[in-house]
Amino acid sequence: MIILLAGLGFIIFTGIASLFIKDGKTCTRFGAAGVIIGSLAAVTTAIKVLFSGETISFKIPWQVPYGSFYIVIDSISALFLIIVFMACSIAAVYGCGYMAGYKQRRLSAPTFFFNMLVASMAMVVMARNGVLFLVVWEIMSLASYFLVTFDHEHESVRQAGWIYIVATHIGTAFLLAFFVCLGKYNGTMDFDNVNVFGKASSVLFLLALVGFGTKAGIMPMHVWLPEAHPAAPSHISAVMSGVMIKMGVYGIIRTISILPEIQLWWGWLLVILGIVSGLLGILFALAQHDIKRMLAYSSVENIGIILIGLGLGLIGLAGGSYILAVLGFAGALLHIINHSLFKSLLFMGAGAVVHSTETRRMDLLGGLIKRMPLTAGAFVIGAIAICGLPPLNGFIGEFLLYYSSFAAALSKDIQIVAPAVAAIAALAMIGGFAVAAFTKVFGIVFLGEPRTSAAANAHEADKAMIVSMWLLAVLCILIGITAPLVLPVIISVVMQIVPAEYEIAVLPFNQPDKMLWWIVISSIALFILISVLAMIRRNLLKNKTVTAGPTWDCGYAAPTPRIQYTSSSFSQPIVDMFKNAMYLKRNEVKIDELFPKQAQFESHTPDVSNEYIYRPVFKWIDRLTGKMQWLQYGVVQMYVLYIAITLIILLVWKL
Amino acid sequence: MWTDIIMVLLILTNMVVLGTSRLRACIRVVAVQGVALGILPLLHSFEWQLLIFAVLSIILKGIVFPVMLSRTLRQLNVWQEESPYVGYGLSLLMGPFALAFSSWISLRLPLPYTIHSTMLIPVALFTLIVGLFIIVSRKKALTQVLGYLVMENGIYAFGMAIAYHQPMLIELGVLLDVFVGVFVMGIAIFHISRQFDHINTDQLSALRN
Amino acid sequence: MRDYAIMIIQPAAAMVLAPMLLGVINWVKANFAGRRGQPLLQPYYDLWKLLHKSAVYSSTTSWIFKAMPIVCLSAILLVTFIIPLGFGKTILSFNGDLILAAYLLGLIRFFIVIGALDTGSSFEGMGASREVQFSALAEPAFFIAMAAMARQTSSISFSNIFSAITPQMWATNSATLLLVTAAIVIVLLAENSRIPVDDPNTHLELTMIHEVMILDNSGPDFAFLLYSAALKLWIFAAILVGFILPMNVMPWQISIPVSIAAIFVVSILIGIVESCMARLRLVRVPHLLFTAVALAILALIFTFRN
Repeated sequence: MIILLAGLGFIIFTGIASLFIKDGKTCTRFGAAGVIIGSLAAVTTAIKVLFSGETISFKIPWQVPYGSFYIVIDSISALFLIIVFMACSIAAVYGCGYMAGYKQRRLSAPTFFFNMLVASMAMVVMARNGVLFLVVWEIMSLASYFLVTFDHEHESVRQAGWIYIVATHIGTAFLLAFFVCLGKYNGTMDFDNVNVFGKASSVLFLLALVGFGTKAGIMPMHVWLPEAHPAAPSHISAVMSGVMIKMGVYGIIRTISILPEIQLWWGWLLVILGIVSGLLGILFALAQHDIKRMLAYSSVENIGIILIGLGLGLIGLAGGSYILAVLGFAGALLHIINHSLFKSLLFMGAGAVVHSTETRRMDLLGGLIKRMPLTAGAFVIGAIAICGLPPLNGFIGEFLLYYSSFAAALSKDIQIVAPAVAAIAALAMIGGFAVAAFTKVFGIVFLGEPRTSAAANAHEADKAMIVSMWLLAVLCILIGITAPLVLPVIISVVMQIVPAEYEIAVLPFNQPDKMLWWIVISSIALFILISVLAMIRRNLLKNKTVTAGPTWDCGYAAPTPRIQYTSSSFSQPIVDMFKNAMYLKRNEVKIDELFPKQAQFESHTPDVSNEYIYRPVFKWIDRLTGKMQWLQYGVVQMYVLYIAITLIILLVWKL
Repeated sequence: MWTDIIMVLLILTNMVVLGTSRLRACIRVVAVQGVALGILPLLHSFEWQLLIFAVLSIILKGIVFPVMLSRTLRQLNVWQEESPYVGYGLSLLMGPFALAFSSWISLRLPLPYTIHSTMLIPVALFTLIVGLFIIVSRKKALTQVLGYLVMENGIYAFGMAIAYHQPMLIELGVLLDVFVGVFVMGIAIFHISRQFDHINTDQLSALRN
Repeated sequence: MRDYAIMIIQPAAAMVLAPMLLGVINWVKANFAGRRGQPLLQPYYDLWKLLHKSAVYSSTTSWIFKAMPIVCLSAILLVTFIIPLGFGKTILSFNGDLILAAYLLGLIRFFIVIGALDTGSSFEGMGASREVQFSALAEPAFFIAMAAMARQTSSISFSNIFSAITPQMWATNSATLLLVTAAIVIVLLAENSRIPVDDPNTHLELTMIHEVMILDNSGPDFAFLLYSAALKLWIFAAILVGFILPMNVMPWQISIPVSIAAIFVVSILIGIVESCMARLRLVRVPHLLFTAVALAILALIFTFRN
């Protein structure tokens, strides 16, 4: 424990010290070194806890009323600590390269806030006192706010920061209510033993869901996410998307694990929220033209997948389905780790692109694989991983979720089967759209011909950036290949959430790790097959002249890079299909004569919940009174519909 | 097994009605549905009364109604449902939810005695809901007549499930009603069309004052 | 000994006979049109010729384009080791193998699409865009259909599901099986780019989906892609046959030839469908796929009655 606190102290100390360093380069390097050394020291404790399974606690009294400096590291905290330290250290390395681009600025402030962010996130997952938790939570929010508004000379960045700070404080308000209620029911602000039963625990759960859900970016509460993530410098986006929104998920997991009574409908609620976030998140991601905004929406989608896993786990817990409970939570936890890796990687890749071309608009890029081969290589690995495709780590997490849902779908109880099947369908659909979204990003940005001179003159990223991206890419591959060894560690964390008898689900009889071994074997077989086929092709082409020519132009003799498919045109069919759900605004000139002069197509997708939920309430109420008129339309079909609805309601009510 | 196949046929025909805009195909499919329903009672017990009744309903639903409706179609020169209130994709996806809902309702229905096929009541309710849905969500009067027929098929199947042994009396009455209904509607649509040059019911609301 | 024999015969049959399926489809279509048509073994000649030709690469393309055919063929070969033929286990069968199979197909799609975008051709971009749209809708239909079958047979691997289909199941639960069959047939046609979703013989790049994405591949690369398309068709036909035929009543010496024959029957049926139908308008294809999703959900609802 002392080592861990010393590590944290070192991170904070270097942060403060960096305030006094004038030279930007030295300052970021000094801060990053502090983060890395402090993390290395601190992570040892977390690893020890994770593997030994023991719980370490530390408590000293505090002057603040009801407060105490009470921190506990159990395996849940340890898992999150490892994520925080690993992702943040790599992001710090990346930051050294990325921030070097800001030559005229003093970089002390971002370095200080970055170090504070790392330390506060580590404290969030350890704090066990309500007051302490709220304090470090607030430090985390403020530090990230100042990092988001780093480029504050841009109007759009200030706007994004404003939305972020408002949204995060709405969330904090709910958390305040949560901890006050918890303290009131429980008698103390320390929340390691909670004795809340009945209705009160549902109230607590809902408060926590809204409060933590705002930070996590669950669908109706996600409005700040697509604004704040693109505005921040890329390594900050990587940390925010890869790690900070997971603090919200951590909060939900912690709430589940401390509340003694679990209701079935909580699980249903989580699964429904997860499906909504997942599907709408990926659809909005597909509709974006801005590469970082698209990645931000994809984070909403991945939070959705994680929530589906947590919801399945809760349903298994409440419904007594062991395998659903254990593997659902395990899938969610594994996806949390995986997402922190590949989403950081993708944000860093996007950052390298932005750094080199100075634009975030995908439609202005193209052909970067030739100019930035190393970045492109890492990016494609991240893209395959985030689509959940084998043989990388994303597949393992999704496999566990699918497997637990399939296993639960065999049960007799419809209350378990229905959400399990809904989860299967939603995961399949999300997977399909994720492939669409990430082939689009990779294909439009990195492949084909450059669409503008900015893309044509791009250069490879800085060495520090390349190293950190490839480090993450290697981790993605490594977790994919060593999945059966990772699983027992994850299961040991899950056992903190579920009662001990649930371990039967993962005993050799049910063989979840055997399945993972099979997957690993097939991944290795895939690699072998790929190399064998590559060799065969090389032999086949050995004594022949391989020529290069232009792309087949289908008879159109004067192709320019501008006639390539753009991100708008690539996603148009899918976006069009869901236009009712997505509030699509199109600007299109239809072709209506024989020799059309000029035609264009443009689409915008403003956020649904922004447009529909967060509009000023009084305006809405004002309209509501006016809207009552629609009941009387005089359309025959409407009247029949009223009759039908009344009949059905009566039927449901009477039976 | 044969009951199952007829159930699947009913469901598939319902899905086609939900998912197609071509009126002629719809008429044929509804006819197939009527014939399939006509055969259904014969699968379990064979009586002369039942046979006569089945033949009657097959002739009516499989031949008379489709021929009448097709004639109206030709006279009016209307072949397609245009821009329905609810799109075809959404209508198709509504289908499974309607069946799930009717399965759930049928589990809670207090029924006097057991039924030979556990899916008959859900499928009957499903057919009923689909008919109702077609009436509500489509614009052309002809499609609404088809919805009415589908709904009647649902009622027929439902009647068969709950009053398995004496469906004739009830059913004959219903059949007569439907016959008159379709006949009247056919004539009415024709006249409406001659009067207003279209059969879009949404525009009839202009008559409300 | 018996198990090992089955394990070897299954993938071997797929690898050897798969191109024949394309030959059979073409033969059926030729007969319907009153032509004499290509010889049945034409796909093999094509593959042989392509393998011995040289290749032309577009100067726009990168290593992605070269990796694409290899990754596609490797992944599809791996899937042939998962899907059984008749009953019995395959080399790669374990609980949850259906998830791995579906996601390997997803990997293929990912690479085909980025391979197409790598050429920078707007036609190939168009094909890629359609491919991701339709397969994103076919995916849930496939998964829900598999969930329905898993529920029906209480098992979560292809080999167990196939072995659990019995004549009694057809007698008592034919509704589920019929609805799943209908859903899988639609998925098969969509995933393999056949009529009514896509017309493999069309002459206009604007209307193609799968063929337009591989316009720029040549030589051995094209041979690999052609072969993996044939294997993909074989795999889906094998899944369809496995879901329908009760293999458990026969000894394995009979069940394997029977399922191979059934797979060829499926290809004849595809040929008949292609001869009798026209391609749907592209805006109508999603409705077809929604129908598949709906049918799969209906099948699932029917599994609740017992």
